[in-house]
Amino acid sequence: MAQYAAVLIFLLVGIGIVLFTFFMSRLIRPSNPYKAKNQSYECAEQPIGDSWIRFNNRFYIFALIFVVFDVEAVFLFPWAVAFGHLGLFALIEMMIFIMILLFGLFYAWKKGVLKWV
Amino acid sequence: MELIGIFKYLYEQLVATGIPQVWVDLISLVASAVIIFGVLALIALFLVWWERKLSADFQQRMGPMLTGWHGLIQTVADAIKLIQKEDITPTKADRPVFFWAPIICFVAAFAVYVTVPFGEGLIVSDLNIGILYIVAITTFTVISLLMAGWGSNNKYALLGGMRSAAQVVSYEVPMIVAILSVIVFVGSLSMVDIVESQALIYQWYIFRMPFGPIAFVIFIIAATAETNRTPFDLPEAEQELVAGFNIEYSGMKFAMFFLAEFINMFTVSAIGATLFLGGWQGPFLPSWVWFLVKTFGLVFVFMWFRWTYPRLRVDQLMEFSWKFLLPLAFANLILAGWMKYSGWFNW
Repeated sequence: MAQYAAVLIFLLVGIGIVLFTFFMSRLIRPSNPYKAKNQSYECAEQPIGDSWIRFNNRFYIFALIFVVFDVEAVFLFPWAVAFGHLGLFALIEMMIFIMILLFGLFYAWKKGVLKWV
Repeated sequence: MELIGIFKYLYEQLVATGIPQVWVDLISLVASAVIIFGVLALIALFLVWWERKLSADFQQRMGPMLTGWHGLIQTVADAIKLIQKEDITPTKADRPVFFWAPIICFVAAFAVYVTVPFGEGLIVSDLNIGILYIVAITTFTVISLLMAGWGSNNKYALLGGMRSAAQVVSYEVPMIVAILSVIVFVGSLSMVDIVESQALIYQWYIFRMPFGPIAFVIFIIAATAETNRTPFDLPEAEQELVAGFNIEYSGMKFAMFFLAEFINMFTVSAIGATLFLGGWQGPFLPSWVWFLVKTFGLVFVFMWFRWTYPRLRVDQLMEFSWKFLLPLAFANLILAGWMKYSGWFNW
């Protein structure tokens, strides 16, 4: 567990450093906000409508495929570490696992999911 | 000269003061975090200058010349300028999300250095899940970019944030699989074990024919996409999205995104050097010099890419990852597994 204390310290020190620089900059920077300055930037035009609108669901589908492969990667990490003393059985088993997922990718490909237009 | 002696001496001095061990550990960890921040800030300042100088060289210009010798302190001047700049938060922005995005972006880039081996023994904590931790932490950058894009409530920013999420997510998988093909050979996730398994030059994983070079090329391509650099810089494509997710940011918040971007470039180069180029291993020179030489060599490659390749289209970018890199990476992983099992080139 002691190894991981470093991670916690780094996260805290990192946040601390950023907040400290924000604070330092707050002390010396000017502050003169007015309505036109705080408007959203849209190439000097008046912004039209809100930008929190419905969005292309392609992003969602790619995220979905990503989750499948990312979970697969999590399974692959312990396999890769232990592979040295597992031998042929582990290799063939992992080949089957990868093949199933690649088959899924191929299915999505043929369904036209991977097309980005 | 090995730097580790200095840190060992300082640690012994700290122990000799007779304070409890918990405090010794705490002080040394906080001190190492601050030292690494200083080193990273210096590296980022240097990289900004170097990038500007290199792009000038590639285009037969001079680049920054006036501030210091060949413009060497130009980025220091830029940083001083940025710290004085007014901090603007758009009225329509989601304030907490807008505020925390640069912090998360920087912390994610910074926390990776817990387990990056700068040299023999020059590692803050040799985590036993080393590379997995690095992959996990660098992914947080995506969240911060999405937060910046969403929180700004700006159309360009939202498009940039969404694009960067889709892109980083797509190239994450080939990158992990390329890393895994090295892990199969090492049999450990610890960064120190990875470096120690490539003591001699022909043991570097880039020279392990035939899987090594393929994994290295996949890693470099995916790393370029992960750091949103040209030719994969769609999230901040200046010509169409103006600046992408950081369009509404100004002053120190913008500086944090900028700093994190250059630290990330150094990070992926450091990981590449550790996994494929033998990390700190090398003759004659001290280990940390070898590490820096290899890492800066890879950084140079990334900068070289920027002025060599034109930007890809979004559909080309996504299809390249899913239809080419991913199957190739998996085939390469199975090849690596077969090589490890059969003992081919298993020196």
